[in-house]
Amino acid sequence: MFFTQNPEDNLAINDRQKELLEEEVDETEEQFYYATQWQLMWWNFRKHRLAVGCGILILFMYLMVLVPEFIAPYEPSTRNRRYANAPPQRVRLVSDQGFHFRPFVYDLTQEIDPETLQRNYVLDKSTIKPIRFFVRGVDYKLWGLIPSNIHLFGVDDGMLFLFGTDRLGRDMFTRVIYAARISMSIGLIGVFLSFVLGLTLGGISGYLGGRVDNIIQRIMEIIRSFPQIPLWMALSAAIPPHWSPVRTYFAITVILSVIGWTNLARQVRSKIISLKNEDFVVAAQLSGTSETRIVTRHLIPSFMSHIIAVITLAIPTMILAETSLSFLGIGLRPPVVSWGVLLQQSQNLYALTQAPWLMIPGLFVVVYVLAFSFLGDGLRDAADPYGGMKR
Amino acid sequence: MNKPVENNILEVRDLEVKFFSDEGTVNAANGVNFKVPAGKSIGIVGESGCGKTVTAYSVLQLLPSTGKITNGTIKYQANDGNVIDLTNLKSESRAMRRIRGGEISMIFQEPMTSFSPVHTICNQISEAIMLHQHLSKQKARLRAIEMLELVGIPNAKRRVDEYPFQFSGGMRQRAMIAMALACNPKILIADEPTTALDVTTQAQVLKLIQGIQDELNLSMILITHDLGVIAQMVDHVYIMYLGKVVESGSVYDIFDRAKHPYTRDLIQSIPKLHGARGERVTSIAGTVPSTYKLPKGCAFHARCSDMFGNICRTETPLPIEVGSDHYVSCFLHSREEGKNNARDAR
Amino acid sequence: MLRFIIERLLTMIPILIVISIISFAIIQLPPGDYLTTYIIQLEASGDSVSQSEIEGLKQRYGLGQPMHVQYFKWISGVVVGDFGYSFEWNQPVNTLIWERLGLTLVVSISSLLLTWIVAFPIGVYSAVRQHSPGDYIATFVGFLGLSIPNFMLALILMYGGYRLFGMSIGGLFSPEFVDASWSWAKFVNMLSHLWIPMVVVGTAGTAGMIRIMRNNLLDELGKQYVVTARAKGLSTVKLIFKYPLRLALIPFVSTVGWLLPQLISGSAVVSVVLNLPTAGPLLLRALLGQDMYLAGSFTFLLATLTVIGTFISDLLLAAVDPRITYD
Repeated sequence: MFFTQNPEDNLAINDRQKELLEEEVDETEEQFYYATQWQLMWWNFRKHRLAVGCGILILFMYLMVLVPEFIAPYEPSTRNRRYANAPPQRVRLVSDQGFHFRPFVYDLTQEIDPETLQRNYVLDKSTIKPIRFFVRGVDYKLWGLIPSNIHLFGVDDGMLFLFGTDRLGRDMFTRVIYAARISMSIGLIGVFLSFVLGLTLGGISGYLGGRVDNIIQRIMEIIRSFPQIPLWMALSAAIPPHWSPVRTYFAITVILSVIGWTNLARQVRSKIISLKNEDFVVAAQLSGTSETRIVTRHLIPSFMSHIIAVITLAIPTMILAETSLSFLGIGLRPPVVSWGVLLQQSQNLYALTQAPWLMIPGLFVVVYVLAFSFLGDGLRDAADPYGGMKR
Repeated sequence: MNKPVENNILEVRDLEVKFFSDEGTVNAANGVNFKVPAGKSIGIVGESGCGKTVTAYSVLQLLPSTGKITNGTIKYQANDGNVIDLTNLKSESRAMRRIRGGEISMIFQEPMTSFSPVHTICNQISEAIMLHQHLSKQKARLRAIEMLELVGIPNAKRRVDEYPFQFSGGMRQRAMIAMALACNPKILIADEPTTALDVTTQAQVLKLIQGIQDELNLSMILITHDLGVIAQMVDHVYIMYLGKVVESGSVYDIFDRAKHPYTRDLIQSIPKLHGARGERVTSIAGTVPSTYKLPKGCAFHARCSDMFGNICRTETPLPIEVGSDHYVSCFLHSREEGKNNARDAR
Repeated sequence: MLRFIIERLLTMIPILIVISIISFAIIQLPPGDYLTTYIIQLEASGDSVSQSEIEGLKQRYGLGQPMHVQYFKWISGVVVGDFGYSFEWNQPVNTLIWERLGLTLVVSISSLLLTWIVAFPIGVYSAVRQHSPGDYIATFVGFLGLSIPNFMLALILMYGGYRLFGMSIGGLFSPEFVDASWSWAKFVNMLSHLWIPMVVVGTAGTAGMIRIMRNNLLDELGKQYVVTARAKGLSTVKLIFKYPLRLALIPFVSTVGWLLPQLISGSAVVSVVLNLPTAGPLLLRALLGQDMYLAGSFTFLLATLTVIGTFISDLLLAAVDPRITYD
């Protein structure tokens, strides 16, 4: 070895230089070099203003569905026979009497067309119903624990239908909010299940290689050869109709994730294969680190950020699948309400033209999916920590 | 300094290149000066990130869209004898494209990625020939085979129709040289041509370049971080640090009479074959500072072992002639002069 | 190349076998079977002619026997082109599926073509003019297209069609052609109806393809060989078409494999909404009614189409990328 001399010589920087070096290095730059992967990702992510905005929107939507009883003015299954197929009431600030500080709606009254005998709704401009916040209404138990009857908003007497009603006179706004809870959670649970499956099987496949890899690869190939929706249709049709809504819900989630995991497993596998031969993994192997430790401590953390982005992008797919299945009548079933179940009402042209507001749940699907897509896209860009450094 | 331009086929003066990005502005070249005498070869040496490649790309206007030449001239003596300032040409203009590959061509560092993987070698070489020499497809193909034979590819007639992934690294770099020389360029820019190759292949490729350069009377710019390569290949050396030439001189000036502390450190860091046992290879302390925010004063002062006073931190040294055609930018050699120059410059 | 094709064909066989088993298993999942219900109905009405017919059917398809016997009876029929009997329609499956399968392919492939024709230039433009307003618009519209469920788009078009033109835009044929036999007039009539399902089914795929094309091309534009080509003096347009575009096409081509099943899937839901005479509505009905041979054969055939689609995309891939067949 050449390194026979005093090792301290190696640090042949004189004091003045050292002092200078410390003084010169820009603080932000120093941060950049010492930042963890997550910090880098966060800094990169912050720059995508659209993605950040979508993240906040999603957070807000989830906060909302935590307390649907409070947000919604009524209960999802309450029928108001007097108000079947009522159109949405517009929230106004200006009436004939001028400007109002408190938003209000006009009352709805019905008229029966003497010729066609059709019921038409007309605005009763004489009654102004101010919208009040934190009003007392239907009793409920928040999370089954806290009894309350305070709702975010409502009107003193009569009804308030922001999104109109369906043909049984059920308030669409209330139903959309309650449906959001089901639709938005099915995406999360479904993705979580396929994440567990995908990470395990993809990890095993990539890390062990050989025969195991081959078998798992073939299984994935076969699952992927089935056109997704017909396969979903076939599996969902197999759910016995007498199952309880909760069981159906979980069965659907499982079906969605059984098909959905392959994509994630593919990504995990290719990442592991490319990382497996990296020097830091070989170094860990040479120093006698156990296999489990290599996988959990070295491999998984190094592509976790990438996986998170992939997962974020998988959630919209789940929602779209659930919505499509429920729309066809082979997904979730009433009385469970999800966005897809609500949309089922607008399946025929007659309903569509009579009550176009029944498509409002679709708007929520689009907004939710769009927000997740932008969030996932931003995360994916940010997950490549040195991506911004490329020249 | 004011030698007539006729002797030099290429003369770069005060070249400044900046990259603009979200993170800030990168000062990749900060006033680079060098000249290439016709038929001679020069070397540009420096650590990674000192602006060597950017300088080379600027000559051919190959900078990515975020990079701009913000100052300086690149005077090129074209085939027809006129002197053109290449910085005045638009990057995608016809005139610039005629020079690219036709009069000045370039070989790159990575032979693995510099070829398109889905086109045959023949296709990629003859493309340039057809473009610049207006030959037919068949003639271009013959010329391509001829060039491959020149660079020592065995069985060129057959191999010309193979894909780059069927070639080894060294072979690919030979093919790259063949492609660069196919249109009889005046100047060859070789950007780290051997860095990605193993040592024996490296020697072969260097020998090949040198032989061809002599034979075809090419002018050459060799860019490398390896002083060892420079010693055998070029006549004149430019040492770059942080986007600036800090010292320039003949090979002998640089290796035997280096004046700049950075040059001396670089030479020190070459492992010696005949050094005493136990002698250690020295390295230069620290790393190249960020090009986002250039240090004040002499760019090298934070790493300099000979820094002697405040002037190094506050003033920028200007090139001083310390020998025949041997320039150095360091206050060590011009304490008084440097100060005055610096003052005058403001 | 030939060896590559043969090898690829051979790997399809085990996959198809497994697919047939899964298809069969899926249709056996629901409790009870259609025939049992059918027999009970017939017995109640005391129809003795049908009784003997049923016995024949039972014999032929091994009903009541163990699962694997039923499977082998079914699959040995499938191999020679007999897909079984639809109890609900009281017709052989063969007479029901082929036209619908053909129309499914017509809708899917025309959507695929539309997807390519639209996505290709927009993707290229988006990549070459990255960060331009056009790129931002394309990206946004792309995301929007991905976010709208197929059937929503169909609903919106139906609603719009009704509101604007006062007509119903469902179906693939005008009423007078529905039951007519194939003729030039019927074909033209189909084309005039085809654009709506094409747009609806193709939207999500187009949005996805634009993003894929853009990302691929951006990746390729940053590669060293592009600089090499520029250093040769090629003009920008010529260069982009010859090099990065060609390479960006490789992953693009390989997406045919999953795009086709995705389009078949998409058309299944859209067909239900738009009331198209394709595989989707019939399959849905067969699944719900436990018409097992119809459902199983449909699932199997759709999966087979997908496997063939993947095979074709592999061949295309080998054609554009010489590295695939070289070893």
